[in-house]
Amino acid sequence: MSQAEFDALIDADERIEPDDWMPDDYRKTLVRQIAQHAHSEIIGMQPEGEWITRAPSLHRKAILTAKVQDEAGHGMYLYGAAESLGVDRAELLDRLHNKTQKYSSIFNYETPEWADVGAIGWLVDGAAIANQVPLCRCSYGPYGRAMVRICKEESFHQRQGFQIMLTLSEGTPEQKAMAQRALNRWWWPSIMMFGPPDTDSPNTTRSMAWGIKRYTNDELRQQFVDATVPQAELLGLAVPDPDLVWNEERGHYDFGEPDWDEFATMVKGEGEIPDLRISTRRNAHAEGEWVREAAVAYAEKQQQRERVA
Amino acid sequence: MPADLLTHVLRQADRTLVLSHRLAEWLTHAPELEEDMALANISLDLLGQARHLYTYAGKLAGHGHDEDHFAYERDATDFRNPLIVEQPNGDFAVTMARQVLHDHAAFLYWESMCSSTDETLAALAARAVNETRFHLRHSTGWMIRLGDGTDESHRRAQAGLDTMWPFAEELLGADDEDDLRTAGLIGPRFDGAWRAAVGATVAEATLTMPPEPPTRSGGLRGEHSEHLAPMLKVMQGLARAHPGATW
Amino acid sequence: MNAAWPLWEVFVRARRGLSHTHVGSVHAADGETALQAARDLFTRRQEGVSLWVVPSADIVASDPSAEAELFEPAADKAYRFPTSYVLPADVDHM
Repeated sequence: MSQAEFDALIDADERIEPDDWMPDDYRKTLVRQIAQHAHSEIIGMQPEGEWITRAPSLHRKAILTAKVQDEAGHGMYLYGAAESLGVDRAELLDRLHNKTQKYSSIFNYETPEWADVGAIGWLVDGAAIANQVPLCRCSYGPYGRAMVRICKEESFHQRQGFQIMLTLSEGTPEQKAMAQRALNRWWWPSIMMFGPPDTDSPNTTRSMAWGIKRYTNDELRQQFVDATVPQAELLGLAVPDPDLVWNEERGHYDFGEPDWDEFATMVKGEGEIPDLRISTRRNAHAEGEWVREAAVAYAEKQQQRERVA
Repeated sequence: MPADLLTHVLRQADRTLVLSHRLAEWLTHAPELEEDMALANISLDLLGQARHLYTYAGKLAGHGHDEDHFAYERDATDFRNPLIVEQPNGDFAVTMARQVLHDHAAFLYWESMCSSTDETLAALAARAVNETRFHLRHSTGWMIRLGDGTDESHRRAQAGLDTMWPFAEELLGADDEDDLRTAGLIGPRFDGAWRAAVGATVAEATLTMPPEPPTRSGGLRGEHSEHLAPMLKVMQGLARAHPGATW
Repeated sequence: MNAAWPLWEVFVRARRGLSHTHVGSVHAADGETALQAARDLFTRRQEGVSLWVVPSADIVASDPSAEAELFEPAADKAYRFPTSYVLPADVDHM
């Protein structure tokens, strides 16, 4: 296959598959994006995972365990898609552990209260789904297929989060106040999950031309705000944005400008929380090494025994 | 005083809840992502068993309390789980040693309960026995790989077994449940089958059975080790801070 | 020692009567643990009744650059399809 054939497939909105010839930059962009996506899933297990042991009912405990487990699974689907491009999962995990690859900065925020679990499901997973649904049609086959599986599973994540917020909003005054605090904490970080404004997003044009990306950051952000504001009203909670107003002419909500300086700081991944996220991963990996070695050693012994027998 | 069926059901419910909780503590700390998945699955199966058992306990007690009453509103001294499940996870070998000892007993228990004269428990057993068969495949598979893996994993597997073995006896049931057995509500004791099954796993794992018989017990009577109360404090903290709230 | 587990491709039979279909991959040191991992990852929502795992390194794949020589020759053999045959209107079921 050649550049011309690759271009023809992209133009025809066909899929690129693992063994196909592809431009180096296309491969690199995909490895970086899929790896970052996978890292985000497994780092994302931590802020919510902390609440599994503290969940306030057995039903919530079961739901949250299943959700955090799904996130491990989504990480695995995505690492698998990245591996089809010729990198090893072990290598990608090393890059996460030594901070040469990033994960979504949304997971550098804390979850001090139970309502944060609800807000993450409702807002963060909601924003993630808005980002991810178009990726199901990504030009790279294995990434698109992983995303189809993930989006199917993830719709329960957003619903359970919204249900937590709804139960809290209809609960005691303390519970409702807890829900409002969580919305205050997670609203702007969720808005920023769509990335910098289009005017400031250098990679968007190329990724759209390659069919890796289907909508711009600002398009997706608007779509998210339009969908979420009525849900907040239904909860009886106030969205912490004084500039938020329905624009009849545009048929969309106008909303305020996020604090992009804060975003830049969070993306850098410096500070106590990012250090904790990475060190938790690093320790699990390091402390698991003797276990992984044991499994490999046993498998080799078994193979030898079979050869002798 | 002989134990009644409610006490028996709570012993099983507390066993499965506490072990589920311990396994959930592994999430994000497992040796490999595949193992995060596996431990979460087992934790969820046990949690499911616990919820059914608590719901049934509420019926037996006749006070209309739900599953969360038993899980969140009782103190450590009210819990009736065997001591082994409340022990800290330790390293992966300690956790797998506990699982092997537990899963062999749980499998034999549920198998024997399939013919309980109590229809609710027999129906629950029919499902739990399949879940437990898979847990057993997972834990024995790991014990064998750790024991017969590298020098380090062998050493750790033996240490894990030695750590958990003193608590093993309570997994075989309480000594005040003979009336329930006679009535056919619970099945016959399975001490011999359990010893043989554990012995076979330990032998295949090239490990050595600890020479001394297990010595620690008390959990089934509500006399717990120092580890249960702190665990419950974490588990129950939020629920207890908002009495009567719905979640 | 290299502690990294090799890659296995996973195939799931969704229900009896259907073929096994490729769904993704897992890492495991041996076939037995690969099956367990595949069960945990790919059948949490009742997606299957049977599993295959195959070492990824053992898959032999056709060369994508040979797509034309391998698959295009089948394109001009319309006579293999029943739609190529026009039947008299009176013939209903054939």
